[in-house]
Amino acid sequence: MTETELIRELSGLRDVQAPRSIRAGALLGAGLADAYFPLDAPIGRVYVAHGERGLSAVAYAASAKVFERTFRAETGRVAVRQDPSERLAQTLQEWLRGDRRHKLRFDLRALGEFRQAVLFKALEIPYGQTRPYSWIAREIGRPNAVRAVGTALARNPVPLFIPCHRVVRSDGRLGQYSLIGPEAKKVVLEAEGVQLDQLEELAQTGIRYFGSDTTRIFCFPTCRCNKSLTERHRVSFASESQARTAGYRPCKVCRPAAA
Amino acid sequence: MDVVTALGADLDGAFPGVVETYQDSLYRFALRLSGNSQDAEETAQEAFVRAYRWLKSHQASLADLALKPWLYQVTLNVFRNGVRRPRPPTASLDDARELAGDGRVEPPAVAERTESRAELARVLAGLPRRYREAVVLRHVEELSYTEMAAVLERPEGTIKSDVHRGLGLLRAALAPAREEMLA
Repeated sequence: MTETELIRELSGLRDVQAPRSIRAGALLGAGLADAYFPLDAPIGRVYVAHGERGLSAVAYAASAKVFERTFRAETGRVAVRQDPSERLAQTLQEWLRGDRRHKLRFDLRALGEFRQAVLFKALEIPYGQTRPYSWIAREIGRPNAVRAVGTALARNPVPLFIPCHRVVRSDGRLGQYSLIGPEAKKVVLEAEGVQLDQLEELAQTGIRYFGSDTTRIFCFPTCRCNKSLTERHRVSFASESQARTAGYRPCKVCRPAAA
Repeated sequence: MDVVTALGADLDGAFPGVVETYQDSLYRFALRLSGNSQDAEETAQEAFVRAYRWLKSHQASLADLALKPWLYQVTLNVFRNGVRRPRPPTASLDDARELAGDGRVEPPAVAERTESRAELARVLAGLPRRYREAVVLRHVEELSYTEMAAVLERPEGTIKSDVHRGLGLLRAALAPAREEMLA
């Protein structure tokens, strides 16, 4: 073999393409990409993205490609397909069942202070319970920003895990939902065991709170205090002032009114 | 705006483009040095991550950076230091000669288009490192001697003689194997 032949053969070794995993690993390692994967949730298949700072997106998409495009447009970062660790997969399933024994972190860095405050407040609502939009507004110290609270929740980048679906209108209607729409919100709440027809009926008859005539405390109807409350001891209130006038104080767990 | 200026202005925005542009080159470079696709993958990936970190901390002073040879140099350093995974030492030239043409020792998952190309890759990966690096950079990656001097931090004259000596070693190693194949 002549040197010229050898050099020609060596240039044949150029015929190589990098496996896709290199780009993914490089961008993940540099913190410029989030990993994403499909997840089967109670309302069907969603895509979940996460980076070093926590969950960054949960969304419906027609395809993985569409999800990647949307994610890039909304966060400015790249989403690369990578299966979750066993531990993360398990934690996500636990959360969907209302079991939060393992922590999840959320990457909300792109959101303003107000939106973050709204979403972290929604995170405090327990599984299977609901709160009105005005509750979030009051709790974060912006009692007049009820409409903006609604908008912030409707733009929740991580629905299901930050449970914006647990925030509903005080007239008993569900309000908007960031994953598909109100119909999906209903499915998610019912999957958590929320009795929506009962809540609607209460709202329509003007009942906002339940009180106990033994403790003289009033709560939101879905508060866990009401689970053990028998009908004989249950008192209904249409407003905070009615409850207070009757000598009841607000529950310290669900905080239906300022203490 | 050239790539280096773009990196200086918006590193996070421009870096994914650098990965797109150089992933084939750096993977191939690592593959031809190591002869092993798994090591090559880890090496290239790690090289990009280190490159990003360095760029991040030197973002203000990138003006004089010659991006391409620098990326090769980062990859070469990762390769020389070894990827974290423990692995058997690279086969020596003697082993390569002995094993050439024996399909059983082909490194995992390196699918070459022809048997002779697979054999060349194997023998190349067994060349002493100094000559292997020079031959791969010159005749596989097709870098100029100026670029190679920047990557290897050696004078061009020395590099030219390393390439020449490397080609000679390759021919000597390939000859007996080729005869065997024809027999």
